[in-house]
Amino acid sequence: MSDWNDGKPEPKRRSVHTARQARAPLYRPHDFNWRNLTERCAHCRRCVAQCGFKAISWEDGRPVADAAKCVGCHRCEAFCPQEAIVIEPNPQYLRPHPLWSESHRRNLWLQAETGGVLLSGMGNDLPYPVLWDHLLLDACQVTNPSIDPLREPMELRTFLGRKPEAVDLADGPRGPELATTLPPQLQLETPIYFAAMSYGSISLNAQKAIAMAAEELGTVWNTGEGGLHEDLNPYAPRAFVQCASGRFGVTPDYLNAGVAVEIKIGQGAKPGIGGHLPGEKVSSDVSETRMIPVGSDALSPAPQHDIYSIEDLRQLIYALKEATNYEKPVSVKVAAVHNIAAIASGIARAGADIIYLDGFRGGTGAAPTVIRDHLGIPIEIALAVVDEQLRQEGIRNQVSVIAAGGIRSAADVAKAIALGADAVALGTATLLALGCTLCQRCYTGRCSWGITTQDPALTRRLDPYVGSQRLINLVRAWSSELEEILGAMGVNAVESLRGSRERLRSVGLDRPTTDLLGVKPAGVGA
Amino acid sequence: MNRPPFDRGQRMLSGCGLSAMMSLTGERVDGRAVRKSIALLHDRANGLGGGFAAYGIYPEHADQFALHIMYYTPEAQEAAEIILAESFDIALDERIPTRPHPGVANPPALRRYFALPRVGMLQESGLPVEDFVLRQVMKINAEVGDAFIFSSGKNMGAFKAVGYAEDIADFFRLDEYHAYIWIAHGRFPTNTPGWWAGAHPFTLLDWAVVHNGEISSYGINRRYLEMFGYQCTMRTDTEVMAYLLDLLIRKHKLPVELACDVLAPPFWEHIDAMPEDRRTLYTTLRQIYAGALVNGPFAIVFGRQGEMVGMNDRIKLRPLVAARKDRNLYLSSEESGLRAMCPDPDLVWAPRAGQPVIGRLGSDVVVGEPGFESAARGAQAPAREA
Amino acid sequence: MRIDAEHLHYAELNRRIREAIAAGETAFDLVNVNGQRYIADGVSAAAEFDLHGVPGNDLGAFMSGPTIRVHGNAQDAVANTMNGGRIIVHGQAGDVLGYGMRGGELFVRGRVGYRVGIHMKAYRDNFPVLIAGGTAGDFLGEYMAGGLLIVLGLERRKGEPVVGHWCATGMHGGTIFLRGEVEPARVASQFVSVVPASEADVKLLLPYLQAYGAAFQLQAAELAQEPFWRVAPVSHRPFGGKYAA
Repeated sequence: MSDWNDGKPEPKRRSVHTARQARAPLYRPHDFNWRNLTERCAHCRRCVAQCGFKAISWEDGRPVADAAKCVGCHRCEAFCPQEAIVIEPNPQYLRPHPLWSESHRRNLWLQAETGGVLLSGMGNDLPYPVLWDHLLLDACQVTNPSIDPLREPMELRTFLGRKPEAVDLADGPRGPELATTLPPQLQLETPIYFAAMSYGSISLNAQKAIAMAAEELGTVWNTGEGGLHEDLNPYAPRAFVQCASGRFGVTPDYLNAGVAVEIKIGQGAKPGIGGHLPGEKVSSDVSETRMIPVGSDALSPAPQHDIYSIEDLRQLIYALKEATNYEKPVSVKVAAVHNIAAIASGIARAGADIIYLDGFRGGTGAAPTVIRDHLGIPIEIALAVVDEQLRQEGIRNQVSVIAAGGIRSAADVAKAIALGADAVALGTATLLALGCTLCQRCYTGRCSWGITTQDPALTRRLDPYVGSQRLINLVRAWSSELEEILGAMGVNAVESLRGSRERLRSVGLDRPTTDLLGVKPAGVGA
Repeated sequence: MNRPPFDRGQRMLSGCGLSAMMSLTGERVDGRAVRKSIALLHDRANGLGGGFAAYGIYPEHADQFALHIMYYTPEAQEAAEIILAESFDIALDERIPTRPHPGVANPPALRRYFALPRVGMLQESGLPVEDFVLRQVMKINAEVGDAFIFSSGKNMGAFKAVGYAEDIADFFRLDEYHAYIWIAHGRFPTNTPGWWAGAHPFTLLDWAVVHNGEISSYGINRRYLEMFGYQCTMRTDTEVMAYLLDLLIRKHKLPVELACDVLAPPFWEHIDAMPEDRRTLYTTLRQIYAGALVNGPFAIVFGRQGEMVGMNDRIKLRPLVAARKDRNLYLSSEESGLRAMCPDPDLVWAPRAGQPVIGRLGSDVVVGEPGFESAARGAQAPAREA
Repeated sequence: MRIDAEHLHYAELNRRIREAIAAGETAFDLVNVNGQRYIADGVSAAAEFDLHGVPGNDLGAFMSGPTIRVHGNAQDAVANTMNGGRIIVHGQAGDVLGYGMRGGELFVRGRVGYRVGIHMKAYRDNFPVLIAGGTAGDFLGEYMAGGLLIVLGLERRKGEPVVGHWCATGMHGGTIFLRGEVEPARVASQFVSVVPASEADVKLLLPYLQAYGAAFQLQAAELAQEPFWRVAPVSHRPFGGKYAA
């Protein structure tokens, strides 16, 4: 394909913004310094080939980097057979300032130069408190035995979907028989699944790796808003198919192919606005799957234009249920915002079977930095208030609640479950498992690891089978750790931890926060 | 008082011992046998709580609700009696007979009332009789600080206090009552001051539950029950057990065996191997009733009019032994406890994890007993040797 | 020495026993036993006990030498961390028998409960042997590290399984023999293999079966007629690949 910026400066796009492009000779420091250790270098030139950002060239028999282009993805370093590459943060030699941090100054200069909205990839990287790190889990000592997680049965099986309050039984010839038919349920062998990442934002190989892993693990994945590429049809039976504001790829076949349908209202990385796929990443395959022109920016509409109020959501939910003959649970994905408890109650009463809460740390391929970094609320709080609200209203059984947005470890998973999550979804963690180093440049389409790009020269670097093995390893390791935690807590079924705030204690949180979480401070007994 | 003196909003944990006996023919006996059994289990308790439940003890008042109430202050008695008078027609109220005992110190005032809901109040409430009574009981327990209704069933009663169970039996003169079901419990709480209302059995209408163990899923069981309007105020695990039984059996009308399968369900690996209709049934039960799964070690005995059930948790982390002689069923934490009630049983067995032993009035068969075995291996060799 | 245990608290009963042993007594006849705990705990002397009734929990715990014959059923935790000696139960017994047993023998005529033979271990001359005549509950032989565990399944009902679920989970040493049919699903296959006992195996078993038979007037040859299955660990490091650092 010839549409790619092979290292050339950003072309001026025809755009609705006629900004005054004022290239003033302003100081623009780069993020990283790149060094080659000459005494070790084997002159193999692998680094030149591996850099997706074309930052390294070969001069006078040695590799030389244009530091301005280095994003710190570490691909070159990973592939150097001699460990001859050193990538270091460019030391700050601007006079330090407690208010005007280096990044504030740099962003401002960039905006003065371009008149543009700052763009970022991945999730919020500002130092807001991480509430997971203020929560500790209980363990059994003396009055209650722990249960051996390695040798005695531990159950993680989880069912997502609407459930009735009580069972209906009828008298049968051999005793009581089941008269209830449950609404459709998704059976997950572990309360962990893969978050939505669209084809377009990530490569087809990456999606294949995810889909294959979901099948092997007995869990589910999510197509994201980019539609379902036909190569992934065999994996559709374990997929959420997403219906987002851009309605990309949404056909009756698509809706019926998956195991559930998800209405994407918002995501944690950019509450209130829609998906963003820069034209650099709209290849011919992406174009075909999304049904938009090659190279065009896929900027999804901000709201779903047929949902302006809660009753509209009900209408869309039932439209989808009708279109799928009531055979699929319908999930509604929302960003965690201030009024999330009431919103969730409305969503449950509108007929959703699953509510997916995405906290403000959620990742994305591209989002305006200002939205990514300043909107939304933490998932810990959102989860706690939603779960409590639904219980207060007596409707908690009507929906399964999913927590997402910066789940980093099995400890976070356990804490999320204790706060009330039925399951968690992994976005950033999934990409990290595939090789991502969190350089946050997904929107460029130059991902050296072949994950968030559509350039065939790069996408072929990710072997879907190898990728799926890594994901399987990750989820299996976390599931084993979850079992260890359950055992230490004296329970042998995840439903006995789910919503049991009693098994959490907080450290270093103020009273209102710990009360909102429904968690007692450490030191308070049973 | 109905709040523990050491109230930091904390939950009381306990290890314990229990014993129970039932005549399947309804033959009523006095409390001495069960007292002997629970006395033998003395070392499972620490003297900070004990109690009994007895069924069939008030045949002259069989159709009335027998409210056993403890009062810590005269004002509490006044306040409670006002609420009672408003909602109930009281046929008889009197002191619960007691005999002073050094091991049962500082007893509150103890009275019992034989009552029926006032027709007008009942109609106005629009509730079924039992829910009306339940509501009034919970109202008094929640609103009248130093009063506590510790049993409220028909033709049954709970007798509990701080002390060793055998002393409590003497204090309440249980040798003078005749019951066809006796359930006894001795407590080993791990918070210091005992609290009369916190002892077992925990009752709800004619349910009485005694419990040995600790519920590690308490946090979610409680929040699950709160969704159905149950207020867990007693800060003991046994409370959620009683409410779960009431919810599943009385409200949702599950047969007792299935309710037990909800509390202690089979493992997925066993459900997956079941024939399809049973697999669907058990999967559906676990899907709907995930919040009612009781995890952690437990042995419970619960009773209600006409029925006594004993059960263990899913992996039998607490002991429970059963015995049968003629048409009498016995349960205890230890076989020696059984033999204190029944020296020469026909059959002694250990119930399986998660599978209830059920005695029903008028039935020949005990649910959960092993297929009939000749000469139970375990019949005691003659002990009275010279 | 005869002791009537009726109305005796365990502390008093055991004190009398210890005093008598210290004074040279070697034979005890305990009658009217019901629920007294800790009998013969920690005793190393080669004393003999005939116990009539149902002893309480922890019979023979940490014991290292005596022989105890129980004429009745036993409760939980018999032979807990027993180091040596012999306990014979003419009846059934409860849960957690032989936990951490390191030597000696426990023979039970009837059924045994849950968690029997947890983490039995052997070293040189210390070789524990636990034989149950009836059926066993879940978690038999959990974490077994050494010694011999046999379940005979006598008098079981038609179709009744010899053992419960999760048999031998965590086993990494020692051997278990089960007599009768064994459902593969009940045995923790990620830890053990289950194969029919060979002739050589049965030959090795015979002396133990004879000792058992002698205790209960049963014929070892008859016991050996129904086929045995041998349950043995497949690895001494079953969790080798589980951890990463």
